[in-house]
Amino acid sequence: MNPILDLIAGIGAAVLNTLGFIGEFSIFAATGLAGIFAPPYYPRMVGRSLMEIGFFSLPVVSLTALFTGMVLALQSYTGFSRFNAESAIASIVVLSVTRELGPVLAGLMVSGRAGAAMAAELGTMRVTDQIDALQTLSTDPMKYLVAPRLLAGIIAMPLLVVVADILGVMGGYLVSTIKLGFNPTTYLINTFAHLRADDVISGLIKACAFGFIIALMGCFHGYRSKGGAQGVGAATTSAVVSASILILASDYVLTQLLFTK
Amino acid sequence: MTPKIKIRGLKKSFGAKKVLDGVDLDVFPGTAMVVIGGSGTGKSVLIKSIIGLITPDAGSIEIDGEDVLKVSRSRAKELRAQIGMLFQNGALFDSLPVWENVAFGLLAENKIRRRDARGKAVEVLAQVGLAPNVADLSPSELSGGMQKRVALARAIASSPSIMFFDEPTTGLDPIMGAVIDGLIVDCVKRLGSTSIAITHDMASAVRIGDTAAMLYEGKIAWTGPAQNLLASDNIVVDQFTHGRRQGPIQMALRK
Repeated sequence: MNPILDLIAGIGAAVLNTLGFIGEFSIFAATGLAGIFAPPYYPRMVGRSLMEIGFFSLPVVSLTALFTGMVLALQSYTGFSRFNAESAIASIVVLSVTRELGPVLAGLMVSGRAGAAMAAELGTMRVTDQIDALQTLSTDPMKYLVAPRLLAGIIAMPLLVVVADILGVMGGYLVSTIKLGFNPTTYLINTFAHLRADDVISGLIKACAFGFIIALMGCFHGYRSKGGAQGVGAATTSAVVSASILILASDYVLTQLLFTK
Repeated sequence: MTPKIKIRGLKKSFGAKKVLDGVDLDVFPGTAMVVIGGSGTGKSVLIKSIIGLITPDAGSIEIDGEDVLKVSRSRAKELRAQIGMLFQNGALFDSLPVWENVAFGLLAENKIRRRDARGKAVEVLAQVGLAPNVADLSPSELSGGMQKRVALARAIASSPSIMFFDEPTTGLDPIMGAVIDGLIVDCVKRLGSTSIAITHDMASAVRIGDTAAMLYEGKIAWTGPAQNLLASDNIVVDQFTHGRRQGPIQMALRK
């Protein structure tokens, strides 16, 4: 027993495990993406996933956006009134919501709801041999289970973010006009005065990326889950945690790419 | 006679654990082979290797004279498309109604139009003794015995020439086990299929098997007529089939 050799062996094993994981993840992501474009196509599965990721996430995303817009208006008023800059509140709310808070908060909420559900469903299918059964019935599980969810994530998230943008701005409008006494017309003029198409489009591009990340993490962790209920639970947790971290990390990267000149 | 399935030198390890260590097995057309063996001896790994769910480390698996491990992926897929599988716990898709489960393979292979699928599923369900009203139920609404029957219906729906049964009577009471065995024998005979079943249930093994093989320490330790299982003079088979505490299997566990 040589402690130095043991340490080196431990580090080596950890590096190999990490590289193996990265390789497995990359192959999974590439195969899933390729499945979107190559036949056979499963429109029913895409429709079902769109309902689960998009439609059923509407209430939670709407409420999150509405309250975020309301809080943003209140907080901005508290800060900006010290500098007599209350007129900037409308612009701050709309730019913050469309460029940043709409896509990120919607992404985190959908990750907790739909990403977790995906991981749990695929994890259960894995541990009950349903994924193996698909293969014995001439069906590629990557094309049948993973590709439709990835596509649905990419389509559904921008639609959710459009709703989040509208409701976030509406939340700011309601607080500003009802509680803070702003003139409704002036508030709306200020809202659209500094808003450019780029602001909304960049948020929608982020939403597409976040939708892909949420679906990919949900599918990846669910697909490779092992053991019984404990394995499915662990896969669900990993899916939500990894998707949330990746959303925040990729948000920085995308912001850097989209807004830095 | 040329075997329908011919396995030679099949090996599979998981880490340091050798599960299959040179399995040789022949299954002849139209016969029913039963593979018995203790828990964790690799029976499921053997079946999953033939189906393509597990890639073996070494050896060959021939179906109709073609090695599925050496032919192209598309050809291997074609060869394996003639296999129907009954999983131990049924593995029914719980997001789909019973009829869609039964017709799933036919729809996937474009052998049937969606509008005709329910009718075909009802027809196949009748072959396993289930009424048409079961077709619209969800798998979670069925008892264990009914789930096994639906899983059997799904396995036979595309009239496979090879069928695998993984512990078909596990979790069922003796009468329902006998019913499932009877259905398996009927379906296999009617389709003229070649079958491999793995089981711990000796009564089931004798009922559904023409020939039997004992998997022990990663190899086939014995083969012979299934009717001779309970009267075998092989000490491994004798100990296993009679559930004796003393014998080579117990000694192996103590290592």
